[in-house]
Amino acid sequence: MTVLETLRSAFRGITANKLRSSLTLLGVMIGVAAVILLLAVGNGSSQQINNLITQLGTNTLTVRAGSGFGFGGGTTATDTSTKKLTLDVANRLADAGLGHVDAVVPQVTTSLTVSSTNASETSVSLVGTTPNYFTVTTAKIGTGESFTKADVADAAKVVIIGSTLATELFPTGSALGKSISVDGTPFTVVGILATQSSTGVSDANSVVVAPISRVQRSYTGFGAISTMTVEATSSADVAAAQGEVEVVLNQLLKYNPSDTRATAPYTVTDQTALLQTAASSAQSFTVLLGAVAAISLLVGGIGVTNVMLVTVTERTREIGIRKALGATRPAILGQFLVEAATLTLLGGVLGVVVALFGAQFEINGTQPVVLGYSVPLALGVSVAIGVFFGVYPAARAAAMRPIQALRSI
Amino acid sequence: MSATTVVSTGSTGGSGSTSAGGATAAPLEHVADAVLELRGIRQTYGTGEAAVEALRGIDLVVTRGDYLAIMGPSGSGKSTLMNLLGCLDIASEGQYLLGGVDVSSLDDRQLAKVRNQQIGFVFQSFNLIPRMTALANVELPLVYGGVKSAERKRLALEALDLVGLADRVDHRPQALSGGQQQRVAIARALVTSPTIVLADEPTGNLDSQSTDDVLGILDSLTKVGRTIVVITHEDTVGAHAARVISIRDGHLVSDRRNRPLGATRGNGAAA
Repeated sequence: MTVLETLRSAFRGITANKLRSSLTLLGVMIGVAAVILLLAVGNGSSQQINNLITQLGTNTLTVRAGSGFGFGGGTTATDTSTKKLTLDVANRLADAGLGHVDAVVPQVTTSLTVSSTNASETSVSLVGTTPNYFTVTTAKIGTGESFTKADVADAAKVVIIGSTLATELFPTGSALGKSISVDGTPFTVVGILATQSSTGVSDANSVVVAPISRVQRSYTGFGAISTMTVEATSSADVAAAQGEVEVVLNQLLKYNPSDTRATAPYTVTDQTALLQTAASSAQSFTVLLGAVAAISLLVGGIGVTNVMLVTVTERTREIGIRKALGATRPAILGQFLVEAATLTLLGGVLGVVVALFGAQFEINGTQPVVLGYSVPLALGVSVAIGVFFGVYPAARAAAMRPIQALRSI
Repeated sequence: MSATTVVSTGSTGGSGSTSAGGATAAPLEHVADAVLELRGIRQTYGTGEAAVEALRGIDLVVTRGDYLAIMGPSGSGKSTLMNLLGCLDIASEGQYLLGGVDVSSLDDRQLAKVRNQQIGFVFQSFNLIPRMTALANVELPLVYGGVKSAERKRLALEALDLVGLADRVDHRPQALSGGQQQRVAIARALVTSPTIVLADEPTGNLDSQSTDDVLGILDSLTKVGRTIVVITHEDTVGAHAARVISIRDGHLVSDRRNRPLGATRGNGAAA
């Protein structure tokens, strides 16, 4: 019996009962598609979080003014015992010579209207900071150059603007060296930030960065600063750096954490740690989805098993006839093997196609990323189940004496 | 007579030599023209208390070109005998030579080959494969025999033409009458030019017209020298055979020759 003959008789077997064959196909297809797609969704969401982590940098702490996540604020009228987080505090923290702290980057932020001779943008966020802002945070100079420490000392009217803002304000030519007006005050553009992917609600490419002294003098005043980014010596030292920073800040701000009446004038957040927690929860989310997917594959597999068992039982008599006509055991096994493999493989491939198509769309805010191993895994498991339960009963029937098989049913 | 096993050499004239039935059959001389030789065949189903002896020592020789009818009431063991002759089952005891080869010594693959090339089966319930056309059904034994596609089609069409179904080759079994289905089954049995055609109650499910058709075909086969063994409980069917043996309770009880070997019905003696 040639391969072609085997294929032909298998094809005949599949088309003989179209409803049953298509149900088998559907079962395998759904199982395979579910596994691939659900794993892709889980993988996509954890990749999203990992991207955020790499963008933030792994060795920075953020110190914010105020206690907690915006409850009341640290400096209320009744609370006079502690001081505010100011530029002076930041400078003294930087000069404290802490072993695990590399740099302290104070920042003040406000939101203003920025315009060129061509265009005007409202609600652009203005960041006043020091030059090491561009080395510590994810904002990097693309073209041009950073402002200098001297610019900070002089409160120079120079700015570095985001790439989106640059094209909006100067659609035709380079923004470098041009003058822009920030809420009426003219500034010279000395640099343009490299484009960075946007992680939050605001567009990270539509910002204006200026020397902190100039921003305080012209816009925010010399009071409290909004945040400080503290760079630890390495990602492993983030926790140690946090401890050191807290000790010094408590001293500088005259804050005693054990005093229950006092409210904390600042909050230190280790965003990397937060995101890592999020990443690990995304990981367990993926595992959970994988388990659900595995169940659907199992259910699909049981469906296939059922159909295959019924098919072979029904066809034991046919196996008897074929044996009476001189079919050898391998010939019969070959037919059922090819039949089961074709059916499940076809369903599996359709499932893969459906999953790959489905992965093109955003699902609940997550762009699924198909895991490479999930395709052969899902396909392999479903085909293995189908083939085993297609062939095993056939093997039993083929091993019978022809007369036993002929007498069945 | 009931305790005696009748052994026929099948020689012309029907003069049988008898031997006393016993636990072991007397060794037989190999008959030169023998297609089938059974020696002391016993078949037991089940074990212990529940054991049923279907065949209790059968000795039988069938010569080439003979037309043998095996008759007996239901439960006599004739179907069991048929299954053994067709290598669909293996005897518990005794020796079965098919074309001089001891079948009990063959393995699964060799048995499949024997069934494929030496035996053509016709069943009471036709046993055609439902979703295949008449042509594909007839081609099936050739497929398992490894015959090439073109040759296969030619042989299958020839066989279908022989049974008068040349115009029905593309019909599936369910689109054919019972008689037509049985003729397809006969074509399937003939297509490999087997040593022997075995028919198990071939007319059991047919009306009288179809019965006549099928018996007519079997008659024509014996004319061209095919060896035929037919199992039946109908005397009308048995009357077509050249030799009739009766079986009862697992024993051979009579062996009668209607007409000489090779002679066809009409010039031989009627039963």
